[in-house]
Amino acid sequence: MTTAGADLTVRHPVERFSLDNGLRVVLAPDRSVPVVAVTVFYDVGMRNEPEGRTGFAHLFEHVMFQGSAHVPKMEHARLVQAAGGTFNGSTHQDYTNYYEALPAEALERALFLEADRMAAPAITAENLRNQIDVVKEEIRVNVLNRPYGAFPWLQLPQLAFESFANTHDGYGSFVDLESSTVADATDFFSRYYAPGNAVLCIGGDLDVGETERLVRRWFGPVEARDVPPTPYTGEPSPTQVRSGVVEDRLAPAPAVALGWRVPDPVGDLDTYLGTVLLAELLSEGDASRLERRLVHDDRLAVAQSSYVGLFGDPFDVRDATLLTTQVHHPAAVPVADVLAAVHDEIGRVAAEGVEPEELTRVQARTSAQLLRQADSVLGRTLGFAAAELVHGRAELAGELAARLAAVTPDQVQAAAKGLDPGTAAVLELRATGGAR
Amino acid sequence: MSAPVLDLDLVPPLGEPRPQPVPEVATTTLPSGLTVVVVPRPGVPLVELRLRVPFAATSPRGAAQHTARASVLSGAVLLGTNRHDATGIAELLQGHGAELSVAADPDRLLFSTTLLSEGLAPVLGVLAEVLTRAAYPTDRVDAERDRVAERIAIARSQPGVIARTALAARRYGTHPYAAQLPSPELVGRVGAAALRRLHRERVLPAGSTLVLVGDLDTAAATDAVAAALGEWTGEGTAAVAPPAPTLAAGHLEVVDRPGAVQSNIRLGGPAPGRTDPDLPAVRLASMVFGGYFSSRLVENIRERRGYSYSPRSAVDHLAAASSFLVEADVATEVTGPAFLETWAELGRMALAPVTDAELDAARRYVLGSMALSTATHAGLAGTLSALAGSGLSAEWLAEHQRALAEVTVEQVQEAARRYLAPATLTGVVVGDAERVTDALRALGPVDVTASAAATAPEPA
Repeated sequence: MTTAGADLTVRHPVERFSLDNGLRVVLAPDRSVPVVAVTVFYDVGMRNEPEGRTGFAHLFEHVMFQGSAHVPKMEHARLVQAAGGTFNGSTHQDYTNYYEALPAEALERALFLEADRMAAPAITAENLRNQIDVVKEEIRVNVLNRPYGAFPWLQLPQLAFESFANTHDGYGSFVDLESSTVADATDFFSRYYAPGNAVLCIGGDLDVGETERLVRRWFGPVEARDVPPTPYTGEPSPTQVRSGVVEDRLAPAPAVALGWRVPDPVGDLDTYLGTVLLAELLSEGDASRLERRLVHDDRLAVAQSSYVGLFGDPFDVRDATLLTTQVHHPAAVPVADVLAAVHDEIGRVAAEGVEPEELTRVQARTSAQLLRQADSVLGRTLGFAAAELVHGRAELAGELAARLAAVTPDQVQAAAKGLDPGTAAVLELRATGGAR
Repeated sequence: MSAPVLDLDLVPPLGEPRPQPVPEVATTTLPSGLTVVVVPRPGVPLVELRLRVPFAATSPRGAAQHTARASVLSGAVLLGTNRHDATGIAELLQGHGAELSVAADPDRLLFSTTLLSEGLAPVLGVLAEVLTRAAYPTDRVDAERDRVAERIAIARSQPGVIARTALAARRYGTHPYAAQLPSPELVGRVGAAALRRLHRERVLPAGSTLVLVGDLDTAAATDAVAAALGEWTGEGTAAVAPPAPTLAAGHLEVVDRPGAVQSNIRLGGPAPGRTDPDLPAVRLASMVFGGYFSSRLVENIRERRGYSYSPRSAVDHLAAASSFLVEADVATEVTGPAFLETWAELGRMALAPVTDAELDAARRYVLGSMALSTATHAGLAGTLSALAGSGLSAEWLAEHQRALAEVTVEQVQEAARRYLAPATLTGVVVGDAERVTDALRALGPVDVTASAAATAPEPA
């Protein structure tokens, strides 16, 4: 027996208000542990980068830690960490975020720091130069010096999509990064980091009235600027197979990735939820369809996984995105055998549907994972902020487990019919280093 | 704009710290010798489960083979029982939101899962079935073994793994901890019969600890464990590692990885264990040196020179040896200068004073991050399970916090001189030897070796 859907709603209340400068604010109080999380999401991500400036959204994320009007270099980190808190930021396809998790008594300090850099980050030639070097090391450690480093998240979109927004490398080329200037950074800040283009979300041990007063005190003076329209990133659905091959001289064994276009996560959320559960049904755990078929029964694979959203989170992206199936297989197994087995398993779901018992088990597992993310104050706060920015409703983050629990077998079958073998993007990785 | 100056009058002061809730921990020992730790935590309707079975190699001679068998056993234990096949086990768990994962490291086997709290009794039932009735079906074990060999070949191509295994081999000599990752050939020789015997002899309740944290009632949960795991018995006590030696540091080793665009610098040396009174001071010295973003190493080689994305240091505990570790991944062309700066910052820690401000910041950060990490079900369960591996209870957390609060600048200085001094640390650099060795030789003797990955034959 599993928990009924109604019990799965995260019961934290959400309050929201806006400042005159356009900043949207979401408060999610929970006084059970003396910890607060503060996050600012800016509505600009890798998909907003202009041609010739690949990697710029991420580079700019680094610059935002280099000091601001009243905070010298390194002091942002010191002020958070010396208060017993942690911090970071990350750049995604559709947004860039900054966050702190701190003891509750440090809340106002975090608001001061975020407001100071929203008003005036220290964009200097020296800081930019230094962070270009650091970002190049980040790309080396995560991509260039590591087997399978770009596979498939940087390589598959080039096959699966058409537009520059969706196909370019969001980590950036070294050429583009090296030629970035202070003027580029100033323009980028002016255009995308306006308060009206951001969501501030605060969760945890806070008093709503007092927190609103503190938010108005620190963020109220940040000057309003024009907000760019949200760009349309959707694309027409493909009508044929697109295939490609990449070589990886560091990899000891081959791999293959398949990507299918899925429904619009924002405009068609109900259909999209069926796709999210299909990915779980295909690949989560030893009971899943592809783990049984590829790994255990036919022994075609060493490891397999399927997921929606290139960064692994299905609920923080706009259109267009993919369901990706990724398989690592022994060199002795022909890639055609892997592809045939994947298409066959998805075809069975499309033709025969899913037993309600199987789907119920998958839903229980999905609910547990969503609740686990919501257990940490920071995880919950990031979820509320992403839902507010991408879906316009922070509450959605708390409702997702129940929404997924209500998905029917018919919706999952419909999702499987959408994964047509004739419209897949197929990327083979060949291990070309040999026995060095 | 002109360079900003920090106006401390502008920075909002910190309020009074609010007291951390003290976890209510109930510990019991079953007749079988299994220790059961239950922590009720309301909030989300989930329970985190961790079963830690001490599983160390007990002698140097058998260590490589034990590691190979343990790596296959951790997957094969879930391949079926005499009641359910692998899919049946997975389905029983999945219905309660659970997915059992089994991991082996030099000290232990760890069974862990998250589950919806209504499923506690049935999930414990599945766990008991796996512990007492795992079948190790021969053909499935053979397939799992081949997969593990492939996965190890992939792992051994990762530069971080190459560096970690090379440093362990150098630091631990003939102790079992030197064998961190088995060779694909040894894995290829593991058979079902050996796993059945290993399970019978070594997967034992005496010495093992089951931790449950989450939305549950202490008495009911303890009863549920006793009822479900009552049949899990066995002769003997789960085995721990013998004491580890402290070897002299020796030459810097360069592990050749021709064509690498980056070098992986790793330094390691002994550190005090969890009950050693020196530990709080060494942890704080490590923080000031490279333990967090506001540290000397990050300021130097990341924020000033741009050599590295995430240089770091940490104190790491195995049951029979604790370590001070330094890691930095740097571009091939700056390997020499980056090593020099790291070396120099270690020397400065040992010989030049730490300031009050540095110590206070490090202290508040350590205390704050302990509070954050134990605020979640999963974080607290992981911490309690790790403490159990050192024979320690939750009370250690409070005692350690008090000890951290009392450490003085002089104690940090003394700890840094003893444990962070460059001469006491063993060094490994994984990178393109042809391009990095000359510069490193300017700082001391260097041994160049071929990468283990490069010499390993193709797995079957």
